[in-house]
Amino acid sequence: MSPREIRLSTTPSPEALAELQLGDIVYLDGLMYTAREGVYKRALEDKANIPMELPAESATNFHCSPAARINADGTFTMGAVTATASFRFAKWLPEWLEKSGAKLVIGKGGMSSKDYKAYFVPNGAIYLSTVGYGTGALLGRGVESVEAVHWNEELGLAQAMWVIKCNRMGPFIVASDIEGRCLFERENERISQNLERIYEGTRPATLKRFGETDDKSDELIG
Amino acid sequence: MISIDLIQKTAEILMDKAAIEIPDDYLTGLKAASAVEDGDLSSFVLKAMLENYEVAKQDRRAMCGDTGTPRWYIKMGNETQVEGGPIALEAALRRATANATNGVPLRPNRVHPLWRTDHDNNVGIGAPEIEYGYEPGGEWIDLITVHKGGLFGTDYRMLFPSDGIQGIKRFYLDSLISFGKRGLACQPAIIGIGLGGCKDTCMVLGKRAACLRTVGDRNSDPRIAELELELKELGNSIGMGAMGFVGKSMVIDAHIEVGYCHTGGMQMSVHAFCLSSRRAVARVFPDGRVEYRTDPDWFTDYQRRETVEWELPAVAAE
Ligand code: SF4
Repeated sequence: MSPREIRLSTTPSPEALAELQLGDIVYLDGLMYTAREGVYKRALEDKANIPMELPAESATNFHCSPAARINADGTFTMGAVTATASFRFAKWLPEWLEKSGAKLVIGKGGMSSKDYKAYFVPNGAIYLSTVGYGTGALLGRGVESVEAVHWNEELGLAQAMWVIKCNRMGPFIVASDIEGRCLFERENERISQNLERIYEGTRPATLKRFGETDDKSDELIG
Repeated sequence: MISIDLIQKTAEILMDKAAIEIPDDYLTGLKAASAVEDGDLSSFVLKAMLENYEVAKQDRRAMCGDTGTPRWYIKMGNETQVEGGPIALEAALRRATANATNGVPLRPNRVHPLWRTDHDNNVGIGAPEIEYGYEPGGEWIDLITVHKGGLFGTDYRMLFPSDGIQGIKRFYLDSLISFGKRGLACQPAIIGIGLGGCKDTCMVLGKRAACLRTVGDRNSDPRIAELELELKELGNSIGMGAMGFVGKSMVIDAHIEVGYCHTGGMQMSVHAFCLSSRRAVARVFPDGRVEYRTDPDWFTDYQRRETVEWELPAVAAE
């Protein structure tokens, strides 16, 4: 069975979000912005003024550094766009979701269901995962234009806040739903059932390491 | 004497090719994996990737937005001379890296580890890495660029002779599963395994096994070749596929490289060359010829030599 495909706005209604099920494929229209550790630190720790009207302009935060450049005439060239692993941003996300009103967080690898329940659900937000994760060229095609780049002087091109206009940008996969269920945990659980068999006959290392877990179904993020 | 301008120009073309064109051997391997994948979501991911490679070539844009950490492997025949010498060579490769970062464009990934200084050109202290190899006979230079991605998928462990093959399998599975969860390693990947050497050489061997050998290539030692196939099969039996979804495509190929190690140890490293297995190669000759290819052909018999002496090929009489 192939997964469902859905088109969604980057400022989605609560009803549209409630519709989404784990594993649905989503294509986005509207404005999104990139924000990762650099932006979070500057906005939340250094209390710099966020240079956009959020969430009115966009309720979609992409964990991404694009392959892009600023041309001499001030225009932008954006090549491929690929997400970066989100679990490293758990430290800032609760405050960010509250402050920015973001409803869609897009990245690589998702968060834990604990994170979803603790601060995604109360903010009515869900997590979309990029696909692959190397589908940068496909996503690049969905970029209709680059509207602006903020904080590139302060943070460098990779950490800057890029504002992107999307036209059927995707594919993305719904990795958490409105109740905070987690797609990756569901898959891990299924895979874990096979692990005992696959490890059969192998030998635990003679020299152990600190903090080592031998429960192969353990989550390692967070 | 090989022209330094030609080297820089060729290096810039290679940076562009590596970022945009998926090598044929990996593409064929991924198509084969996609044909047998039956997990719904895993299968969707592989199909999207195959489409992505096409789009990258059509639009001439990088296949992945994370364009990795570009590096160079340089190999020369014994008779090779480069205009301006090794210093000019390194300057040309650094220039090519910076120019291509802005030109393609690539993502300027390289920053200072502490101060996070970003030159926006992928050049800095120790970046790009430039490693060298030599071959007996010949007057040519091979420029090999690898844009390896991923913060995940690599690990090292000191094993001991008593750990044996079953210990190797254990650590291999541990690495694949821990980095394969949620697809952090962007599998299916070419898995490179380094065995032996010292800690640093073990890492180097594993990385080169992943990045400098093509899909389908087997180690020249038949027993190691057999272990490679066994590990490939084992990785694909975990039940995990692309993005850590239920599936069976984890490993496009497994490559092992060995080096002689301390008698008490059996160092092991594991490296994953991701869905964007980016490498591009060109051989440049003194007469200005340039031959492009995607097989680095790094591990020749000479690179794997065990003996003290190596018989040089007879040099043709002038
Ligand atoms: S690991 Fe490879 S495919 Fe994945 S995001 Fe990085 S470069 Fe792209």
